[in-house]
Amino acid sequence: MRGIQSALEPAGVQAEQIANLWTVFLIVTAIVYVVVMAFTIAALLRRRPAIVSNATSPAVRNTVSAAVGLTVLILFGLLTASIFTTRGIASVPDRAIQIAVTGKQWWWQVEYDDADKSKRITTANEIVIPVGVPVTVHLRSSDVIHSFWVPSLHGKRDLIPGKRGQTLTFRADKPGVYRGQCAEFCGYQHANMSLWVTALPFADYARWIEASRQPSRIPSTKTERKGQDVFMSSPCPLCHTIQGTAAGGKTGPDLTHFASRRSIAAAMFPNRPGFLGGWIVDAQHLKPGSQMPSIPLQEQELQPLVTYLESLK
Amino acid sequence: MSEHGAHVGDAKPLEEHLIKEETKVGPYSLPGDEVRHEELEKMWGPAKGPFRWFMQVDHHILGKRFIITAFIWFGLGGILAALMRLQLSRPDNHFLSADQYNQIFTMHGVTMMFLFAVPIMEAVAVYMIPMLCGTRSLAFPRLNAYSYYMFLFGGILLYVAFFLNTGPDTGWFTYPPLANPEFAPGKRVDIWAQLVNFTEISALAVAVEIIATILKQRAPGMSINRLPLYTWSMLITSFMIVFAMPAVMTCSFYLAADRLVGTHFFNPAEGGDPLLWQHLFWFFGHPEVYIIFIPALGMVSQIVTAFTRRPVFGYTAMVLSQVATGFIGFGLWVHHMFATGIPALGSSYFTAASMMIAIPSGVQIFCWIATIWMGKPVYKPPFMFVLGFIAIFVLGGLTGVMLASIPLDLQIHDTMFVVAHLHYVLIGGAVFPLFGVLYYWFPKMTGRMQNDVAGHISFVLMFIGFNLTFFPMHKLGLIGMTRRIYTYHPETGWGPLNALSSIGALVLAMGVLVYVGNAAWSWKKGRIAGMNPFDGPTLEWATSSPPPPYNFIHVPVVNSLEPLWHAPEHQPLVTGLSTQEKEVLITRTFDAEPDHRYTLPTYTPWPFLAAVATGSMFVGSLFTPWAFAIGLPIAGAMVTAWFWPTTAKKEGELPGRSEREFPAEQASEVTT
Repeated sequence: MRGIQSALEPAGVQAEQIANLWTVFLIVTAIVYVVVMAFTIAALLRRRPAIVSNATSPAVRNTVSAAVGLTVLILFGLLTASIFTTRGIASVPDRAIQIAVTGKQWWWQVEYDDADKSKRITTANEIVIPVGVPVTVHLRSSDVIHSFWVPSLHGKRDLIPGKRGQTLTFRADKPGVYRGQCAEFCGYQHANMSLWVTALPFADYARWIEASRQPSRIPSTKTERKGQDVFMSSPCPLCHTIQGTAAGGKTGPDLTHFASRRSIAAAMFPNRPGFLGGWIVDAQHLKPGSQMPSIPLQEQELQPLVTYLESLK
Repeated sequence: MSEHGAHVGDAKPLEEHLIKEETKVGPYSLPGDEVRHEELEKMWGPAKGPFRWFMQVDHHILGKRFIITAFIWFGLGGILAALMRLQLSRPDNHFLSADQYNQIFTMHGVTMMFLFAVPIMEAVAVYMIPMLCGTRSLAFPRLNAYSYYMFLFGGILLYVAFFLNTGPDTGWFTYPPLANPEFAPGKRVDIWAQLVNFTEISALAVAVEIIATILKQRAPGMSINRLPLYTWSMLITSFMIVFAMPAVMTCSFYLAADRLVGTHFFNPAEGGDPLLWQHLFWFFGHPEVYIIFIPALGMVSQIVTAFTRRPVFGYTAMVLSQVATGFIGFGLWVHHMFATGIPALGSSYFTAASMMIAIPSGVQIFCWIATIWMGKPVYKPPFMFVLGFIAIFVLGGLTGVMLASIPLDLQIHDTMFVVAHLHYVLIGGAVFPLFGVLYYWFPKMTGRMQNDVAGHISFVLMFIGFNLTFFPMHKLGLIGMTRRIYTYHPETGWGPLNALSSIGALVLAMGVLVYVGNAAWSWKKGRIAGMNPFDGPTLEWATSSPPPPYNFIHVPVVNSLEPLWHAPEHQPLVTGLSTQEKEVLITRTFDAEPDHRYTLPTYTPWPFLAAVATGSMFVGSLFTPWAFAIGLPIAGAMVTAWFWPTTAKKEGELPGRSEREFPAEQASEVTT
């Protein structure tokens, strides 16, 4: 059974080490289970004398003692394996790409910092990383506790409001798209707080960074221009930013390069015009409790708005 | 190990003992027992009159109420589980809304942990421990009544709130800041906090009663190394309750203060710390699972002894393992918090401790297997439940070892893997032994036998249904399914295993229904059981079924770990306890030498009224902190009335608590 969010299909060195540790634990514990059950069944089916004495046979006593000793040895072995893996996945390389991820009810804000303010990138629910280069995500929360988990790349780490220094360092070794999800119950729409991590070859990654640093694409058709007008005259700019326009709201996801993303509403729907239109007019029905209000737009307004947003490559 | 080696005797076949005449006076008789019986019945019998329900202090009555009430919550919690399984049976399901699902999974956890698992273990002990100890009553019978009403009121509060759409919805662990007023407006979280107050007061009170009973009221001769393993398990559990529950009451108190009077214990914006909550909660929460599990270990030992027809192998090792589990259980709470970023060295300690606790569990499993090996298994339903327990619990223990490893935990923490693990250890580790032991003690409590065929059917259904429900969840967690989600995408590929799990839940529910149906039918129509239908070795079987309110007309002197299997020709009995007062024999803590006689109080409505007052105070505090200012004096008045000396009969005695030298001729030899 292939999964899109599976700890058993590692795509990076950290997840790989954990998966290997899993294999060791699985084999050892499976053998222990089979042996214990075999003894239990043997104890049940064993032929016994007609009269059973209450006396304890030395053989039984020795077997139990041996089993206890073996248990201690096995546990010690597993503990050692576990501690070595802990060290392995905790080693932090000198140079890693730094990305800030902020958990919000119920989506992820992603920021690529840069000393040059104009080069900072803000996006949402999607992290683009290069293959083969370590990445450190700095995990923060602006409301309640969330947990960042992309099983193909690493284990999870909590985002705790007020707690600094929550980081997770991982490296993707295969290009691909990996799904992640909030793992700590964070309220109403905890189930719909997912994200994608896209691992690209370095050249593609550099191109993506360069493109993302640009301000938003200027509307080029009549429909797109109308869409931008609708955006600006609706409540949208109160919460959303589009770089290069007057829209500068900080509550919701940055939409500067919205059309380059795979999904909307924290990986709830694919980023396609139909879903986007539905999301704009009916967000409270599709994701009840979300911060995104349902915006009652007419068809002649909605159509251009969707066209405009989907042009923001 | 050396202990029972000294009591070698041939095991007795079970079948001979299956039917015995019910007798009112117990197995040991002396001349004049008919009169004695009438006098004792008058002293110890239940309250009468229209308000009797509110006045009972008899541990049999309260124990039965506790058990039945806990099972009602269990049924409700089970229905909630079924609703969750329906919702998750296919992707993108719209059977439940997010709001409903969040309330339901929270209610399920709260119900099972606070209203079923711990209370049912204490409930069984309330009924059985005095009988296993060979005494007439649980210590502090009025406190016992009070704790029952607190437990009942707490559950009613929770479910009334739930049906008014005010059920808690932040998980049974209720992490702030999600539970802080900013993110959880309304009364839902306050209901959680007050429910915890109700149930933990009840749990603490019962724990104290059990500790006092076991340490001070054992039959003469039942020195500490002749304590049945179940009694040991309840002693250790009760001590754990005393140390663990205050942590969660601190949690609920701080949280209520944050929500009610604007303190900031857990508010990071004002310098509070959400992690403080997690430490406090899991310092209670992890011992809690052992509080549920250790009594089950004792139950397994009782069943294994009775149904392999021999003493459990390695008594000393078993006891030490239970004690070790009780201690280590307090040293692993941080393994619930690996993902919060605890420093590596500290975490590694908790990994080691979490793995270490597998050792005492392993010792006990090995000892039971050795007992079965050397004994002669009798395949009655209780024994089948024990076999199911071994098969399920060993697996759950091994997944627990996986969860102790930090790297593995970082992947499987908060996924369905943990859901699988915890149900393997709690249903397999505790509910299976519980069902087994209730089958075993059912004739003692009701006087009637359950139907064996129905018992076997319920076991098979439960065993298959359980594994079908929970085994696939291991895989689901590994392929990324997180916990506490009300829906999931088809593209995740989690659909088929979830469907399988939901079918399993149906089978499991059928198994439970057959069990409960069998019990309900047998209660009224079952075959008359007689005194000791399974030829059990311990003192609870040394009296009629159901037992008289005073348990034993003559308390026997105990000479071994299995007193009924090694009963001497001339059984020494305790004489000299008054039949004109509710007297119990107090013995010394370790060697159980008779120390003095103690008079227990009679029935009274005050514990009920005190519980009403305390309960009203807690419910009032949902709305205003002044509820405490008003409620405390009222509750205090009720408790004062409860302790008001009214039973003075003889001059020069402290009423209600007379203590006298025990007469020298306490144990006289008579023929049974």
